[in-house]
Amino acid sequence: MRTSETTAVPAATTTGEPVLSARNLVKHFPVRGGGLLRRKVGDIHAVCDVSFDIYENETLGLVGESGCGKSTTARLLMDLHPATSGDVYFDGTSISSLSRKQMQRTRRNMQIVFQDPYASLDPRMPVNEIVAEPLRIHGVYDADRVRQLLHTVGLRPEHGNRFPHEFSGGQRQRIGIARALALEPRLLVLDEPVSALDVSIQAGVLNLLEDLQAELGLSYLFVSHDLSVVRHVADRIAVMYLGKIVEFAPAERLFEAPAHPYTQALISAIPIPDPQKERSRQRIVITGDVPSPGNPPSGCRFRTRCPKFANELSESDRTLCVEQEPELIDRGQGHPAACHFAESAALL
Amino acid sequence: MLEVDDLHVEFPTDDGLVRAVRGVSFGLRRGEVLGIVGESGSGKSVTSMAVMGLLPDTARVSGAIRYDGKNLVGASDKEMSTVRGKRISMVFQDPMTSLNPVYPIGYQIAEAILAHENIRKDAAMKRAVELLEVVHIPNPEERAKAYPHELSGGMRQRIVIAIAMANRPDIIIADEPTTALDVTVQAQILEALANAQAETGAAMMLITHDLGVIAGQADRVQVMYAGKVVEAGTAEEVFYRPRMPYTLGLLGSLPRLDVRSERLTPISGSPPSAVNMPPGCPFSPRCPMAAPECDVEEPPLEQGMTATHFAACYFSADVEGHTPDEIFRSTEAADAASGSSAREGSR
Repeated sequence: MRTSETTAVPAATTTGEPVLSARNLVKHFPVRGGGLLRRKVGDIHAVCDVSFDIYENETLGLVGESGCGKSTTARLLMDLHPATSGDVYFDGTSISSLSRKQMQRTRRNMQIVFQDPYASLDPRMPVNEIVAEPLRIHGVYDADRVRQLLHTVGLRPEHGNRFPHEFSGGQRQRIGIARALALEPRLLVLDEPVSALDVSIQAGVLNLLEDLQAELGLSYLFVSHDLSVVRHVADRIAVMYLGKIVEFAPAERLFEAPAHPYTQALISAIPIPDPQKERSRQRIVITGDVPSPGNPPSGCRFRTRCPKFANELSESDRTLCVEQEPELIDRGQGHPAACHFAESAALL
Repeated sequence: MLEVDDLHVEFPTDDGLVRAVRGVSFGLRRGEVLGIVGESGSGKSVTSMAVMGLLPDTARVSGAIRYDGKNLVGASDKEMSTVRGKRISMVFQDPMTSLNPVYPIGYQIAEAILAHENIRKDAAMKRAVELLEVVHIPNPEERAKAYPHELSGGMRQRIVIAIAMANRPDIIIADEPTTALDVTVQAQILEALANAQAETGAAMMLITHDLGVIAGQADRVQVMYAGKVVEAGTAEEVFYRPRMPYTLGLLGSLPRLDVRSERLTPISGSPPSAVNMPPGCPFSPRCPMAAPECDVEEPPLEQGMTATHFAACYFSADVEGHTPDEIFRSTEAADAASGSSAREGSR
């Protein structure tokens, strides 16, 4: 890696160089006033200092609630938004240093699938054309390849002549995946790929993604608000809160021994479809809502809702939370968590 | 307390008659929580709208909804208004659209009280502030003067709950009350709903697509598919011993937070269109157990092993005791082989 700092990201199951690395990504969106000049009146701190690596054939899960910056992070990786600062490395090369032409070539290797299959497909294009578009742009169009792609995602060749509105949500998402696979990328960024689908349909798409990974050796960045889904697909999971990664662990580890109070609250808030288990669970209910990213709290960003801060810590401990931002490091839990008083807990 | 008997709701459209609800019957007992689950288009929301008398004029409703000795189907607007909001109240999915953006929230709660009770305005306002306290809104007196846009989604939904419990209703209908909210806020709202129910002693119809929410809240569960109840029973019965392949399929397609699942077992295909529904069981095109008789006549909702457990399937005895994997694995293999999921039209 070309950066000097060593991040405390836990070792992946796969070895070797990462396919994609994010280093200290920051994204601020300007907030403009209502006046004629629309002068800038502040900043939304959407993503603050986010770093991670994605290795070959690996799924990295990025979870968090709405507004935590997970989708913005996904878009920064794809260079769909320019980052305020920080770098994205693909195969060791910083993508911000690339010329337009070089970037176009790199884009072949990383593709994105969006959440809403109703909005991400052009309603006036037949499916064949939707899937062929990336091939045409890169000058490698081949009708057989289109048919093969449709087959790969579980659609029949005759589906190719139909329009997106003729398909159900699950099938549309399959079309989006076929389009993303067209240029044989090495990495797919999946931004809430199953959130808009009914459960019985969702399972089919998740299985498809798993099969594709096994078959093509793809790397995934799987962005989702649904921890159950992420547990199912991810090898490692990063939990985000208000623009920052607050905990980073191998999937099993995160559920067995979550160390950050936010992760613990998140896990305990998700209902389990098992009546006896669900009714006898230990609950950590956190109060209030996520503070505005325009004016995040000082020190630890979670302290305003933190049950530990409110109920367990002494006055001097609290001062630490208020004054000093906790680093994302391992404090003896075996994986990094951004909490001064991280402590593993068994919740499931 | 509330009895729905053979409810049908149909909407004439340009594409043909949409049969949204096709013969739904159930009862609601005092103080219980009835969970209604189903995917989009299964008719769960239309059923609740029918109970509230909120369907558009174009809807054709037949059957009976008996409450307090009255049939609410075909009741005049005037009759309905003595029930709606007072005896039966509702919490909708999206708190932004169910609150009026141009009035302060305290006023909106007081308005709900004044609509049904003959008390002074300042007394109603005082009650409104008390209600805000019940749903755990901090600084209720201050907050009563706030407008909906000044509050977060979770807070707004609490206001809607406060309005729903304002007249101490007998029944609260909650239609996807937490779907628009984040999980940590969802936990708070479910708690607020349970409190509201305990406080008023009301029965609750909890409509959701989230089986986890149902597992935690509902005493009885009703699974809907294509406008019909396909399985009903206590939460334990439905979750641990499902007797309808669809219920089993739903449970199998759900990734679980508590156990690492190896592979999910999806249900192939997608729900049928509510226009021109073919005869027979609506689930049979997606069902791995379907036999020729399934396409001839729709199976009735029949009692299973216990007096509380019902399922609409000719083979329910064969379903019970099997895992989703045993029954649905074969269809996934068949799907992969043909290179396609079942043919579907637009939704």
